[in-house]
Amino acid sequence: MSLIARHLEENGIPTVVIGVARDIVESCGVARFLFVDFPLGSPCGEPWNVAQQREIFDMALGLLETARAPRTTREAGLSWSKGEDWKTLVFTEAQPYQSGEVQEAWLARKEKYRQLRAEGKV
Amino acid sequence: MEPVRYIDRTTDYYRSQGYDKAYAWAKNDAVPFTPLAKPLAQCRIGLLSTSEIAIRFDPATEANPISEEGFRAVYELPADVPTEKFYSRTASFDRYATHLEDVNAFFPIDRLREAAASGRIGSIPPRFYGAYNNYSQRKVREEEAPKALGMARADALDAAILVPV
Repeated sequence: MSLIARHLEENGIPTVVIGVARDIVESCGVARFLFVDFPLGSPCGEPWNVAQQREIFDMALGLLETARAPRTTREAGLSWSKGEDWKTLVFTEAQPYQSGEVQEAWLARKEKYRQLRAEGKV
Repeated sequence: MEPVRYIDRTTDYYRSQGYDKAYAWAKNDAVPFTPLAKPLAQCRIGLLSTSEIAIRFDPATEANPISEEGFRAVYELPADVPTEKFYSRTASFDRYATHLEDVNAFFPIDRLREAAASGRIGSIPPRFYGAYNNYSQRKVREEEAPKALGMARADALDAAILVPV
């Protein structure tokens, strides 16, 4: 996604990225980045928390207006309401990132891609 | 608590799962920047996310409202569909910590619509845009990014909000 943001910027379209994986976005390098320190899946606010989602969305719009140079990162400054245990648990053996079912679907998709490539369709 | 260092964490995790080769995340020194050309209240703002967003439909009586050309490529969705019909197909999220029942938590279409209705932004285009998490950075640079740019130009966007999920 950050690579797409860079391409849009290179071609005259301003962007703002709203994301949770600070190191990944900043390694790629984008023009404007609103960092929300929430779990993967909820970058724009906690589910059903409309007021918080509005706050985050408005911060992103504000970055479009105020950033004057690339690599402008703003921290949303919000905390996940159920605590921060998720930070120590994500991508650990205690919490396999993807269920067996999902992993099978992923392998099936990989196989389909191989097929399409063999047929010259991708 | 410090932010999660996902590059290190995922490298360790996938190593523990038997994958030897660490993924080489994109790393750049130079970063392009385009200033906003006019006041936000006059801007048309688009929304693109990697949440694999889709629209529910009845296959017996309706065509799929989203058109996807190519395998896991950038695609578009009509913007005039009620929010409750949108859903995410992705499995790439922290399923222990959160869920994807509320699309606005990762694909903030109602927040975008509200911003247009209140005059905070000028307008929204007739389409939203979707993408996949793609392993191949070459494919993103050479195929997806130009396709996203083409859509942004066709819809006369003045700026875009991008949400990696």
